[in-house]
Amino acid sequence: MSVEFTIDGVSITAREGQSVVEAAAEHGVFVPTLCFNPERDPLGTCRVCSVRLNGHVVAGCTVPVRDGIEVEVEAPDLAVMRRQVVELLFVEGVHNCPSCEKSGRCRLQSAGYEVGMQAAEFPYRYPTREAEHRPRDLWLERDRCILCHRCVEYVRDRRTGQKIFSMSGRGEGARIEVDVELADAMPPDQVDEAVGICPVGAILHKAVGYDEPIGARHYDRIPLRERVLGDVPLERTPGEATS
Amino acid sequence: MSKRRRASHQLPATPPAPATVAAREGKIRISTISLCGCWGCTLSILDMDERIVPLLDRVTIVRSSLTDLKRITGRCAVGFVEGGVANEENIETLEHFRTHCDVLISVGACALWGGIPSLRNSVGLGACLAEAYLESPTAVAGARPTIPLHPEIPRLTAKVHPCHEVVHMDYFIPGCPPDGDAVFAVLDDLAHGRPVDLPRSLTRFD
Amino acid sequence: MSTLAGELLERYAADRTRLLDMLWDVQHARGWLPEEDLRALAAGLGTTYLDVRETASFYHLFHERPAGRIRLHLADTVLARMHGYAEVLAALESETGARLGEVDPSGTFGLFSTPCIGLSDQEPAMLVEDVVLTELTPQRVTEIVAALRAGRTPQEVANPRGLPTDTLEYVDALVASHVQTEGPVFFRPHTDVGDLIRSCLRMTPTEIVELVTASDLRGRGGAGFATGLKWRLCAAAEGRHKHVICNADEGEPGTFKDRVLLTRSPDLVLAGMVLAAYAIGADDGIIYLRGEYPYLVDYLDRQLRDLREAGLLGTAIAGREGFDFDIRIQRGAGAYVCGEESALIESCEGKRGTPRLKPPFPAQVGYLGEPTCIDNVESFAAVTRLLEKGPVWFNGLGTIDSAGTRLLSVAGDCDHPGIYEVEWGTTLGQVLEQVGARDPWAVQVGGPSGECVSALRDATRRIAFEDLPCNGAFTIFDSSRDLLGIVRHHLQFFVDESCGICVPCRAGNTALLQGVDRLLAGRADATDLERLRGWSELVRRASRCGLGGTSPKPLLTTIDRFPEVYRARLAATDSALRASFDAGAEVEGYAALAAGLEEERAR
Repeated sequence: MSVEFTIDGVSITAREGQSVVEAAAEHGVFVPTLCFNPERDPLGTCRVCSVRLNGHVVAGCTVPVRDGIEVEVEAPDLAVMRRQVVELLFVEGVHNCPSCEKSGRCRLQSAGYEVGMQAAEFPYRYPTREAEHRPRDLWLERDRCILCHRCVEYVRDRRTGQKIFSMSGRGEGARIEVDVELADAMPPDQVDEAVGICPVGAILHKAVGYDEPIGARHYDRIPLRERVLGDVPLERTPGEATS
Repeated sequence: MSKRRRASHQLPATPPAPATVAAREGKIRISTISLCGCWGCTLSILDMDERIVPLLDRVTIVRSSLTDLKRITGRCAVGFVEGGVANEENIETLEHFRTHCDVLISVGACALWGGIPSLRNSVGLGACLAEAYLESPTAVAGARPTIPLHPEIPRLTAKVHPCHEVVHMDYFIPGCPPDGDAVFAVLDDLAHGRPVDLPRSLTRFD
Repeated sequence: MSTLAGELLERYAADRTRLLDMLWDVQHARGWLPEEDLRALAAGLGTTYLDVRETASFYHLFHERPAGRIRLHLADTVLARMHGYAEVLAALESETGARLGEVDPSGTFGLFSTPCIGLSDQEPAMLVEDVVLTELTPQRVTEIVAALRAGRTPQEVANPRGLPTDTLEYVDALVASHVQTEGPVFFRPHTDVGDLIRSCLRMTPTEIVELVTASDLRGRGGAGFATGLKWRLCAAAEGRHKHVICNADEGEPGTFKDRVLLTRSPDLVLAGMVLAAYAIGADDGIIYLRGEYPYLVDYLDRQLRDLREAGLLGTAIAGREGFDFDIRIQRGAGAYVCGEESALIESCEGKRGTPRLKPPFPAQVGYLGEPTCIDNVESFAAVTRLLEKGPVWFNGLGTIDSAGTRLLSVAGDCDHPGIYEVEWGTTLGQVLEQVGARDPWAVQVGGPSGECVSALRDATRRIAFEDLPCNGAFTIFDSSRDLLGIVRHHLQFFVDESCGICVPCRAGNTALLQGVDRLLAGRADATDLERLRGWSELVRRASRCGLGGTSPKPLLTTIDRFPEVYRARLAATDSALRASFDAGAEVEGYAALAAGLEEERAR
């Protein structure tokens, strides 16, 4: 089944069930995304892909296309909004790109480039957050966590389906917790998956630091926009690591 | 506490040679300054390499880390600011630049968001001072541990701040340090009266 | 396994969706939620301790640390602050020896802050475990704490006559209802709901839906979605089971009309649920009762029991074979966001109250993934009355776009606070006159998530979805009140209540609060104010649910209606330094800090 609708006034035909951001990409319209992973169910947590649908701002990754909808992507107020959302994430945590292991392959950083962020207009907060070092193979650098929920939803104990990562608290006090026992039971490929699925440098391999030279990193080689529009895998697959 | 002596920028200065003054006539006056940073971004300015030479037909550098003038003489069209604001001298200097420059540009991670010096914000100034001066393994044995406090030493700010949280900044060049190409792109836009538009391909946060 | 956890797992058949109930029971038994018990529950529920914590740590009435033998939750609201909150808090701190947010050294009293507990017309008020104490004064605090210290239970202090907790007399002894009007719809003698249910069951479910649709009733929770349409969608949705949920979360600061409806007219509410179940084909019902109304639990349970005994709840309702429907009470545990219908469903399932992505909507995929009809307390009560009196009677009241009447929870600077029923379309000025507001200046219509309007300039605006919508809160401030202080209080409320799942609401509300703090400190200029307005638009438009969708409204509506209040606070812009940068504060602390550290080191 196909549906017809418009993006910024241009008529488009897309497959029923496709999300707005995917349908847009197929037609050459780039919508920056952050928590969205096309392989998985959308989370709708980051709101970086905010677009306007019939006059209301929605997260484009969460809304399926429908016949007759009017979608706006490029309107200047929406571009500002998407930039501000990314900036809020930068001021809320400590995102020290120059010294981050994930730099160059970080979805947040690449989203920052794509929304045209330079310096955030919100005051920087420099929070103090406790890191989690107890798991054997990975650690949690909470300064960089953007609470996207990917680890909570996508990484589950393969035997029981139980949560390995969970959330505690709420609002600004919310943070990601890791079940050390279940984390230590993860097979190596699942540890890679957990590290890979984290869009920022919050879930990291232990004993691995800066393992790719600047210039040769994932988004150095092909920026996010070109990946989305060129149907190139958005994210580094575990096997792509040089380690 | 002794009365604060005159700062070096308050001392009498020798005026520049008339030939230098004449050569600068009609050029765009530019100044650069490093606040709390590592001077790496200043090196990026030099990374414009030979492209600086033709630019010098249009611009003149009034104050830079090389001339080390404490204060800008006369009004400048453009000020490049590297480093964040970490002490009271940084505040005064940045305020001076804002007052004397038409366009002020934040250059590099420290100016944009505090950079490495801002790591102290998550720890607290007190803990940093204690670690550096009281618990320091290199302290002189037997000497009374002392935290610097003297009228001639600028007091540290409670937190390290990006420049734009202290004064209005007009443009930003991110990077640690930014590429020489990024600095050139912005300077070239300004020198030719074009709207400043740093391309995405030159925008880097690391 | 701890015996307690074992008992609870048995009591709730190890049903993960009943986790909130189990946590409440643990807290009743232990006074807090010890890790050992949570681990035992997790093991019995086939989940992890951290998953249980994900729920436990979300709700602010749950204590993850020892919280004292007697736990006091003082409501910190704008209205309490207008009526002696500071003095009451000071008395509580000095009498109990506990500082706010802490437990006294002997471990007897834990003193905590909580947002509005639905008692705006009788504040200051505090929850003490399962009871509530209202109209507090320092003198009263002294007596209460002395009694508790002497070994009397909170129940004995609040209910000295020992009234049975399932009676109206008990509820009345704890809280006042202050019903000020007997309107056409509510708080007046009405038909026996048994007769009404029996007569309605003679119609087909479709006919019931059509009557509700014809009445033009719109949901009373705030959003104003057409109730008939919602029911029709629910009736049409496929599902082995369907659910009817009554949203009694009433978390909007300033609102208390649902508490009063549940107290004075529970039959109308419950009958509305039964009729909804019949109309959509549901077999399961839940009243999601906010954790702040513990003193209504036994009373409502008794109403449910009475209905069951009268054959109006349970199997073959009113003798109609095949119509089976029962209702349970789900206690919340302190989370404003659970008033959002999908967060409420998550909470009913024993999880943290994270609003779900929509679509799908609860009518299709709701509680346990099944079609669910969620309506506000007042909506259900209105349904019962409109089915009694007919849709034409109902939509003859109010305006074209807003049929019927609205219950207002009136509080603040007026002579007669309490519950008023007004027809939609009544003007702001008329209400102000009716309630005896002598010097009204600003009116918070619809609570912090609504609009703060000017009593003068907006006097002719009509309370209606199409003009001045109102979810039931109506709070009046006279010209002596500190409007920006009120705005700040409301923004803090939203910061505290954001679930944290989406960025604009979690991080944006904090940016707004900090911005208002700079404004209050005289460290914002006109540019900063304009920026703040822009950030408000970001939070309002880009947030995932209605919490962020409305949280900037205290700021936006007061900037719009009371610009002079803001102008008076703006800093002059004659310096090169930004107004928001406090150069003095940045460096003036250095010398003392250095000296203090040296001194500490020398000791």
